[in-house]
Amino acid sequence: MKKSRIASIVIVVIAALAGLFVFSTSSLGTNADFKLGLDLAGGTHLSYKADTSEVDSGAIDEAMSALRDLIETRVNAFGVGEPVVQVERSSLLSGGRENRLIVELPGVTDIEEAVNIIGKTPELEFRLVPQDLAGGTPITFDNTIFTGLTGRFLKSNGARLQFDQAGARSQTGGTGGVYIIVQFNEAGTSLFSDITSENVGRQLAIFLDGRLESAPVIQEEITGGTASISGSFTPEEGRTLVRDLNLGALPVPIELIGTQSVGPILGTEILNAGKKAGMIGLLIVITFLMLWYKLPGLIASIALAIYVILMLTMFKLLPITLTAAGIAGFILSIGMAVDANVLIFERIKEELASGRVLEDSIRDGFSRAWLSIRDSNLSSIITAVVLFYLSTSLIKGFALVFGIGVILSMLTAISISRTLLISIASERNRKLFKVGFKNS
Amino acid sequence: MWIVKNRKIFFIFSGLLVLLSIVVVFVWGLQPGIEFTGGTLIEINYTDGAPEVLQIESRLDSLAIGSYTIQETGDNGFLIRTRDLDETERETLLDTLTIDEKVPEQERITTIGPSIGQELRRKSYLAIGIVVLAIILFVAFSFRRVSKPVSSWKYGFVAILALIHDIIIPTGFFALLGHFASAEVDVLFVTALLAILGFSVNDTIVVFDRIRENLSNNKETGHKEPFYEVVGRSLDQTIARSINTSLTTLLVLITLFFIGGDSTKLFALTLIMGVIFGTYSSIFLASPILIALSREES
Repeated sequence: MKKSRIASIVIVVIAALAGLFVFSTSSLGTNADFKLGLDLAGGTHLSYKADTSEVDSGAIDEAMSALRDLIETRVNAFGVGEPVVQVERSSLLSGGRENRLIVELPGVTDIEEAVNIIGKTPELEFRLVPQDLAGGTPITFDNTIFTGLTGRFLKSNGARLQFDQAGARSQTGGTGGVYIIVQFNEAGTSLFSDITSENVGRQLAIFLDGRLESAPVIQEEITGGTASISGSFTPEEGRTLVRDLNLGALPVPIELIGTQSVGPILGTEILNAGKKAGMIGLLIVITFLMLWYKLPGLIASIALAIYVILMLTMFKLLPITLTAAGIAGFILSIGMAVDANVLIFERIKEELASGRVLEDSIRDGFSRAWLSIRDSNLSSIITAVVLFYLSTSLIKGFALVFGIGVILSMLTAISISRTLLISIASERNRKLFKVGFKNS
Repeated sequence: MWIVKNRKIFFIFSGLLVLLSIVVVFVWGLQPGIEFTGGTLIEINYTDGAPEVLQIESRLDSLAIGSYTIQETGDNGFLIRTRDLDETERETLLDTLTIDEKVPEQERITTIGPSIGQELRRKSYLAIGIVVLAIILFVAFSFRRVSKPVSSWKYGFVAILALIHDIIIPTGFFALLGHFASAEVDVLFVTALLAILGFSVNDTIVVFDRIRENLSNNKETGHKEPFYEVVGRSLDQTIARSINTSLTTLLVLITLFFIGGDSTKLFALTLIMGVIFGTYSSIFLASPILIALSREES
């Protein structure tokens, strides 16, 4: 059997397997395994500006990184599936050095809820209750003394919940079975040890956003930088407290500057419309190809179908997050994928017209057309690259899909189409290749 | 050949369209979408039947949030645009919109602070500038060996003229749409323009490629042919291909326009215009300009 025939069969088999992979791990009704962007799956996109004015310029990267990690932990703690938390530095190109944080929460459609999960920068303060406070007087922010120890001194994620072992008693007294361990950083540890050593027997009130959380009595000097706080809080309350304590440790204050939220119903509508458009578009193009180019058209259609399967496989494997714009880009690339094929066919026709042998005409058609194909697709690739680097996640999706689409379609045209064409070419069906426009 | 012979007509036609588009853009301007101006956009849907627009309007007026626009979408939906609202204001707004116990469902909420809007505008201009520059360089580079009778820079230059033509006309069209149908320019529009820049030059390059090939064939065989004839012949050879490839892209885009859902409708429309004019400019504009330039040189 001709070498090309074998190659063709191999290609078709691989494509079929890929197709199986694409369609089996997601029945055509659901898209469980395609990664969907926020505008398709529903979710919230938040843009925060980080106030780095009080951070040395050398330490900004670190602070932003710490901020990012912290926010991601908070978000994860809330059980949001696959959140995206990213630092974005708006570059000199945009006329200003703003440090931004982008948070994407799929599935969360209530903006208020999302913002609450992220939180603002609540104030955590440890304040001393004055000794002369009358018994029974409620402890407030105002009647306590600032110690200098605030949330800024907490180690990152330095608070956690602990359950009492039977019989053990916590450092700060109390009989609840649940207590909170907080870990200070170096500066915090030494400050804490000073406070506790000088104030044994007094109450240390813990305030969050000016609200009293608990006021345990200092039993002894604590040098380990670890405090354990207990009260009569339930595990639920304890969990919230731990969260709030960790909240108080944001390294840099953040301000919300932009939000975008799409409900899941709208998202699914968009996705379905996109799918439909894609399928119908593909069918129309294939019909056109077969009507106009007949036999080579059939080959091009097969190559096109293989291209679509390959793209879908890449979406799954890389993975590429699909957005509405991305789907549009994919559909656009289907229309353009035909480009290379048409170029080649017209060339082949010309070669045939000058009376050459079919198989040679095909080979030469491909090599002559390659330069044109390469040059013309390169400009599209340039556009895709520029778009990718200059844009936000929504358009990045389009740029990626479009760029990969152009490259892949170029490759499938010159390799797969070629192999398939050569494998079916024989002088007998020479006439079938002379299709389309007549040369004037 | 008929294209080359009638090139004056095509120049005038294109020139008029471009002029018209520029005028329209200056007179009516483009309606910037919320991503460029900043502000809040809320899309709500009342599942148990919508209250009257007037009721909603009076509620919104009572909030004293400044100017707003409200648009009906679908059967029970509304699109409300206001200035940039903070969280409390947004919450209050949504609460006020519960009228006669009909609670609105929030389909989509977008808030953009002014800094993002400005930055986006800057980025857009920058992106267009970079792509145009890159294309000039790219075309000049790939045609660097073809210096007679038109220097390689001129190829790049002509390609850019064609591209400018290709994006001005859809922009003008959008200004028209903006004036009559409140169509807004959003990030997708800019993306569409960039995509047009990217592939409209494809067609132009194919023609130029053919011209280059014919020129070099002539050189090899010592065949003397005036430049305009080479161009005319190249056009004849490539017109089939140009039209076909644009056709398939158009088919796909038209499908996207009709079936693809609202969020990409205007995007598809912009691309459709871009493809149509892009093909037109590659065939009827770029090569004739080349000829004019070659006349100048000789």
